[in-house]
Amino acid sequence: MTTLDMTGENAGTGRSKSLFTADKRTAARNAAERRFRAYGVVAITLAILALVWLLISIFSTGLPAFKQTFIDIPVTLDAAVLDKAGHGNPDEMASVSTIGYGKLIAKALSAEIAARGIDTGKMKPRDVAEMISEESAATLRNMVLANPKLLGSTIQFPALANGRIDGYFKGRVTMATAALDKNTSPEKLALADRLVAAGMMQTRLNLGFLTMPDASDQRPEAAGLGVAILGSLYMMFIVLVLALPIGVAASVYLEEFAPKNRWTDLIEVNISNLAAVPSIVYGILGLAIFINFGGLPRSTAIVGGLVLALMTLPRIIIPTRAALKAVPPSIRDAALGVGASRLQTVMHHVLPLAMPGVLTGTIIGLAQALGETAPLLLIGMVAFVRDFPKAPPMGLLDPASALPVQIFNWTQRGDPGFVERASGAIIVLLVFLIVMNTAAIILRRKYERRW
Amino acid sequence: MSPMKVSASAFAIIAASAFSASARDQLQIAGSSTVLPFATIVAEAFGEQGKFKTPVVEGGGSGAGRAALCKGVGEDTIDIADSSSRISQKDIDTCKANGVTDIMEIRIGYDGIVFATDIAGPDFAVEPKDIYEGIGAKVAKDGKLVDNTAKTWADATGKLPAQDILALIPGSKHGTREVFDTKVVLAGCKADGAYDLYKAASTGADDKAKDKDAEKGCYTLRTDGAVVEIDGDYTETLSRLAANKNAMGVFGLSFYENNTDKLKVATVSGIVPSTETIADGTYPVSRPLYMYVKKQHIGVIPGLQEYLDFFVSDDMAGPEGKLVDYGLVADPKLADTQAAVKAGTLMGPLK
Repeated sequence: MTTLDMTGENAGTGRSKSLFTADKRTAARNAAERRFRAYGVVAITLAILALVWLLISIFSTGLPAFKQTFIDIPVTLDAAVLDKAGHGNPDEMASVSTIGYGKLIAKALSAEIAARGIDTGKMKPRDVAEMISEESAATLRNMVLANPKLLGSTIQFPALANGRIDGYFKGRVTMATAALDKNTSPEKLALADRLVAAGMMQTRLNLGFLTMPDASDQRPEAAGLGVAILGSLYMMFIVLVLALPIGVAASVYLEEFAPKNRWTDLIEVNISNLAAVPSIVYGILGLAIFINFGGLPRSTAIVGGLVLALMTLPRIIIPTRAALKAVPPSIRDAALGVGASRLQTVMHHVLPLAMPGVLTGTIIGLAQALGETAPLLLIGMVAFVRDFPKAPPMGLLDPASALPVQIFNWTQRGDPGFVERASGAIIVLLVFLIVMNTAAIILRRKYERRW
Repeated sequence: MSPMKVSASAFAIIAASAFSASARDQLQIAGSSTVLPFATIVAEAFGEQGKFKTPVVEGGGSGAGRAALCKGVGEDTIDIADSSSRISQKDIDTCKANGVTDIMEIRIGYDGIVFATDIAGPDFAVEPKDIYEGIGAKVAKDGKLVDNTAKTWADATGKLPAQDILALIPGSKHGTREVFDTKVVLAGCKADGAYDLYKAASTGADDKAKDKDAEKGCYTLRTDGAVVEIDGDYTETLSRLAANKNAMGVFGLSFYENNTDKLKVATVSGIVPSTETIADGTYPVSRPLYMYVKKQHIGVIPGLQEYLDFFVSDDMAGPEGKLVDYGLVADPKLADTQAAVKAGTLMGPLK
């Protein structure tokens, strides 16, 4: 069909047809072109549909993670219970455990329900208390220890509701499933409805999802991305600080100063190969070098950052070299011509002109590193980390989590409440990636020069 | 600050940290993904009392946890390995070679293994024999070993519901598989009679070799699609089950207890699995869960002894404790464990 055989039926003599009526071969070629276009349209439609489906499924399951059900309870912080020594000294008050605070909140809830005359049916006080997240006791305790002056006063405390109650208002739990569910009951859901009617319970925006640390399987309602976001930021900082200068220096040397010989060819080939090495390989490398040999602590941002920096290096060097190559030789010649040294030429002219390309490459490299999970598996970052790392530089040595790893972690949890949180974390990660890629595009559009 | 200076100081920090390796003040735990939820629940409750930092808990599997434990002694190695199967002599030898000579074995409780089907499906009441007859590669029929071609559970056993056979069982990397193999498949194989037939067909030299061949025969499961090994977690088994309502999945009791609205559990030998029936031993398919502790780290890593005491305390692992709420089966001999933890008793040689 595609051969250009001119000896065919229409070649030479038999040109009897007009140009307006396509002959057989033209018709075949036109049909082929239409088919090809149709394939293209089908391919793109499929891709768009897949993307839309992905986004719809992620957003529909993930958006509820940003909202949470709270029970607003007026809690009287009884000094006789919380500070038996009576000195208002946080160290002494720490002897009251979260169990003590839990009881206090449970009692306050029961009292408030009774005061408002809300019918609890046949539920025992213990069942009513189970509607509150266990996390709220810890929250209240930290609040009081941080500010002992609160003792003796009555505060309006927004306690997180239990994950199943929360799921009821998000449509995850229904009366029918609650009847089968060992962890909740239709009576609890009915009481929750009455609490909502009385204005004590409300599903509202929950910034805690972005600021609170991870939580165990028993309290999906309290799990947040705080440690993961901080860990990811620390790692990106390390990647930036290490990979950008080294990558740019290496590219400048290779592009502007290095002699062209077998060694530099070898290095060049290796850089291209390294960029294609599967990321898990860097994890094994990191485990061997930084943890087993270097003695750096496991699960820390510094090891994660170093591994990701190694992984990102070739991905920065390649676009940087391309950007340096794109600067026309006339710029160099002019600089050298007026007497600049080669270093001055590079630093004053070539590198600044290549900078948009360098930054674009760096940002895209960082975005890739941000979404990377595989290498972090091996260096112990797929872990339950609840304490926030300290401020840098020492905080880099504290255990931390990372965004993609947190998503991976949550998808493996047994409690159904973690499904929405994993999707919510994906939304956060996507937002970060979109912001970074947009920044790269803006930089490129704004500063890129064509010669 | 110029970029040069920034990167120079970054290097300085890394170099300094590599040498100083500041004292670790946080426990590091790794191992079984079955124990993981229990370990995180305890870690969370332990950390929020504010005296010590919250331990860092990693999953990764029982074998990986024990390997990490046996890597050596020092702050850059983990303190506790969670394990859903008992430590092997090979691990102990590796430990010893790397200087980890003092290991404490703590049995934290038991975990049941349950068979569950979709909530809307029919009820199942199985015996290990029925499971084997559904999924074994060859079954006994009229005194002969024949290839298993049963399409439905009714065909295979003659009494279960006529539902297509599709068993989602844990892959071989899971500790759960070991228990499933020995307590369900092998027991069922013996009850079915296939074991004896395999043994009779064996060409092994002595009785022991024949037993080994027979066991190997029993562990051979159907490869025609009726048995699917799941290498991921229970969440994967659950989503497969949601996609194919005919499937029967193998789950841990704690996972089932948190998803009772989606799963219907099968009785085994007439017993409904629950923390009670497993604790009193009437439900046949259960296994102990362990923590292996590097005793050389007690007194070095702050909070290790306290964490262990807290883990085995009545508030956590006891019959009324938090872990039981989540599906752990409390150990009836918990008091002994508590005393052993307090005294720092090392584990004896494997029996």
